[in-house]
Amino acid sequence: MKESYQSLDDNSTFNMKQVIYRKLTSKILNLGLIVLLTFSTSLYAQDGDPAKGKSLFNTNCAACHKLDKKMTGPALRKVESRLADDHGLDREWLAAWIRNSAGLIKSGDAYANQIFNEYNGTAMTAFPTLSDQDINDLLAYTAQDKPAPVVPVAVPGGGGTQGEAGLPTKLVLGALALLFGLLALALILVRQTLNRFAEAKGVELTESQKNGSLWKSFVQNQFLVLVTAILLLLTSAYFAYGYFMQIGIDQGYQPVQPIQFSHRIHAGDNGIDCKYCHSSARVSKHSGIPSVNICMNCHKSISEVAPATATAEHSKEFYDGEIQKLYAAAGWDDAEQKYTGETKPIKWIKIHNLPDFVYFNHSQHVMVGGIQCQTCHGPIEEMEIVHQESPLTMGWCINCHRETNVKVEDNAYYTKIHEQLSKKYGVDKLTVAQQGGLECGKCHY
Amino acid sequence: MKGLIKITALVAILVSVTSCQDNARPNYQYFPNMYESVGYEAYIESDAFEGGVVAQIPVEGTIARGHSLFEIPNTLEGYEEAKANLKNPLDSTAVDFVRGKELYDIYCGICHGTKGNGKGKLVEREKILGIPSYDDAGRAITEGSIYHTIYYGKNAMGSYANQVNEEERWQITAYVLKLKADLEK
Ligand code: HEC
Ligand code: HEC
Ligand code: HEC
Ligand code: HEC
Ligand code: HEC
Ligand code: HEC
Ligand code: HEC
Repeated sequence: MKESYQSLDDNSTFNMKQVIYRKLTSKILNLGLIVLLTFSTSLYAQDGDPAKGKSLFNTNCAACHKLDKKMTGPALRKVESRLADDHGLDREWLAAWIRNSAGLIKSGDAYANQIFNEYNGTAMTAFPTLSDQDINDLLAYTAQDKPAPVVPVAVPGGGGTQGEAGLPTKLVLGALALLFGLLALALILVRQTLNRFAEAKGVELTESQKNGSLWKSFVQNQFLVLVTAILLLLTSAYFAYGYFMQIGIDQGYQPVQPIQFSHRIHAGDNGIDCKYCHSSARVSKHSGIPSVNICMNCHKSISEVAPATATAEHSKEFYDGEIQKLYAAAGWDDAEQKYTGETKPIKWIKIHNLPDFVYFNHSQHVMVGGIQCQTCHGPIEEMEIVHQESPLTMGWCINCHRETNVKVEDNAYYTKIHEQLSKKYGVDKLTVAQQGGLECGKCHY
Repeated sequence: MKGLIKITALVAILVSVTSCQDNARPNYQYFPNMYESVGYEAYIESDAFEGGVVAQIPVEGTIARGHSLFEIPNTLEGYEEAKANLKNPLDSTAVDFVRGKELYDIYCGICHGTKGNGKGKLVEREKILGIPSYDDAGRAITEGSIYHTIYYGKNAMGSYANQVNEEERWQITAYVLKLKADLEK
């Protein structure tokens, strides 16, 4: 252990000395390069095809290397010129390294061992099948210049739209309410002043003129009064009933989550299976919310979204910021590509929540019953932010148990009981209710 | 005059009642005495644990019921050892390709492709690149190395030990070997 630290130290001092020389040599080399470039456009990328190189790179190397960013292995842009300038290594060395880096390390090659130790002994895969031409293509691809960053066209006020999306409608509503209020006030004032004028001028206002004859005749007609009273009572009872019945029901509940995780992007556009993340739905009562390590399975490699992912509502910067929140929770340092160990739990807010006295089991419904998640949860894969689609009332559970048939195919457990019960009820297909899905004890502890 | 005031009052009440409906907040509950569990529910917060979360990883040196010890370490040497010596404990009658495929399609197919050629949906959409094909000669995967990779992950690939249990991992391993054989055909 001690030794390896020692050698790391040695490396760093070694590198520092090199920097001084490198500056000089690289300047000279650069000069030479420019001269050379005027004669042959591709010195390093001799007869390689960068387009082919790109596809080779994406299939073979991109798991560990990016062009401009450290990943499992070092950044590879201009690797050939870098190695040639700094360490005097040529293409032959590179080919040997790529075809079998472990062999090169074993042979005692100084630089191979240095870089291997620098990456804590992570082994690079051997690629014995790559031909010389393939390697030329690959290096031609890595030798390309970095494309100039595409400056996003600034949409005026585009950054500020998210979060304030609800504001304009609220403003409009408020303004309308204010307007109506003012109108009403104005009407009252006008009436008052008119009345005062009338009084001042001594005009006699008859009773009927004051309150309207319609109202008077209405009050006098007792039948009409009775009917309206009953109607009023009925409608208010209807609304009161509706109000009381929805107490404790959270249909439509859509809390603001600590990270705006989009099911539309994950489960919809990218088609990730629900059970990839909600894996305990297969085996347990709970569907579970994925732990951060599951997010990091993909997000170690995905640190930002593609420009095409941005929508009118949410910009790319917004989504990238959300991924940074995930990194903060996981304690992942993206620049260094390692965990810092400083984690903090993400406090997701639970949306679907049955009272504690009800027993609901996901694996029974999803695996045994073969019911799709969407039957109960709605089109989750289209939701940017999840909301509760179903009421989750007892009536909702019972209705489905009355209507749905038990899936008996390929389930040896059910063959016998199914035979007996279907004889008893005289049907070929049993509903859940007929099998006992309405017994209180099944759902209530 | 009075009617006007009444109407405005009614409108005001209606507006204030409907504006209380806010989907970002849970609804009122009626006597929720038995709604909240006394015992711990999954993922609940509690001061009894470090970090305030009930969902804890097993204490070091302990094994949960139904799990067994995997002694090969998460190192390069461990990987080589697994590659050379680790064998599938399931015999040919216990290997179930139907379940293997089901699990594989959920957990691996999204990157590795349902055929195992490294062209899953995420690769096709260029979100994650460089997924190897199972018949990659430089990797020469064996059942031991596959199991080691599922258990600990490897470089950019994460561990799947917490999503699939031991028996399921071996089912997937067997299925990956089948895909590899199909690819090499
Ligand atoms: C399994 C991951 C992995 C894959 C796949 C991989 N590499 Fe590497 N590569 C590494 C690591 C890690 C290092 C650092 C040295 C070490 O630890 O072995 C490295 C180092 C290198 C170096 C030396 C860079 C330097 O700055 O010295 C080159 C060149 C290289 N890789 C090229 C390639 C090419 C080309 C491919 C694709 C054909 C490829 N690598 C695929 C992991 C990988
Ligand atoms: C990439 C991982 C991932 C995938 C794939 C995924 N989910 Fe989720 N799901 C989450 C996370 C994280 C949350 C918690 C945050 C939230 O509520 O938005 C969640 C929340 C939910 C909730 C709300 C849970 C609650 O609090 O009541 C439901 C329901 C749900 N997911 C269903 C699905 C369905 C159905 C699919 C498949 C179409 C799916 N999920 C696919 C990660 C995922
Ligand atoms: C199977 C791979 C995979 C897993 C697992 C995964 N993601 Fe993603 N994530 C993606 C992809 C693909 C994108 C879209 C990238 C793009 O469009 O360029 C994305 C985008 C995102 C974004 C930005 C868009 C948005 O939804 O706001 C966030 C935030 C995010 N993921 C969080 C998470 C969290 C939190 C988890 C864990 C619960 C998770 N991801 C798990 C693949 C994954
Ligand atoms: C038969 C209806 C039904 C089906 C099918 C169903 N769910 Fe649920 N889901 C529920 C109910 C009810 C709850 C509330 C459970 C509770 O509070 O105990 C829930 C809760 C959840 C939660 C919150 C966490 C938890 O377990 O309490 C998630 C996540 C979830 N479901 C995802 C899924 C996924 C993914 C699928 C498909 C594999 C699925 N559900 C299929 C009814 C269903
Ligand atoms: C979309 C239809 C559907 C909904 C909604 C539904 N269930 Fe079920 N439920 C089923 C089916 C189908 C089965 C039978 C599964 C099987 O084959 O064992 C079942 C079985 C059950 C069982 C086991 C019954 C037995 O006889 O062993 C319980 C308990 C249960 N459900 C509880 C609930 C609760 C609680 C809810 C409401 C929160 C609910 N279910 C909502 C379809 C549904
Ligand atoms: C299919 C599952 C299921 C069955 C069978 C079932 N219930 Fe329920 N019951 C529920 C669910 C879910 C709730 C919670 C509804 C809510 O939160 O709005 C509930 C709520 C209740 C409540 C209201 C408690 C409260 O405080 O709000 C009572 C009382 C009740 N059930 C009694 C019964 C009786 C009696 C039976 C037998 C005839 C029965 N239940 C059978 C699922 C079931
Ligand atoms: C998020 C994308 C992703 C998913 C999902 C995924 N892998 Fe991988 N897998 C990778 C990457 C990236 C590599 C290359 C690792 C490396 O650098 O060597 C890899 C490599 C492998 C290898 C070759 C390792 C070796 O010995 O060289 C095997 C075998 C493998 N995966 C099996 C699986 C299995 C089985 C699953 C499902 C349980 C799975 N993978 C799921 C991304 C993924």
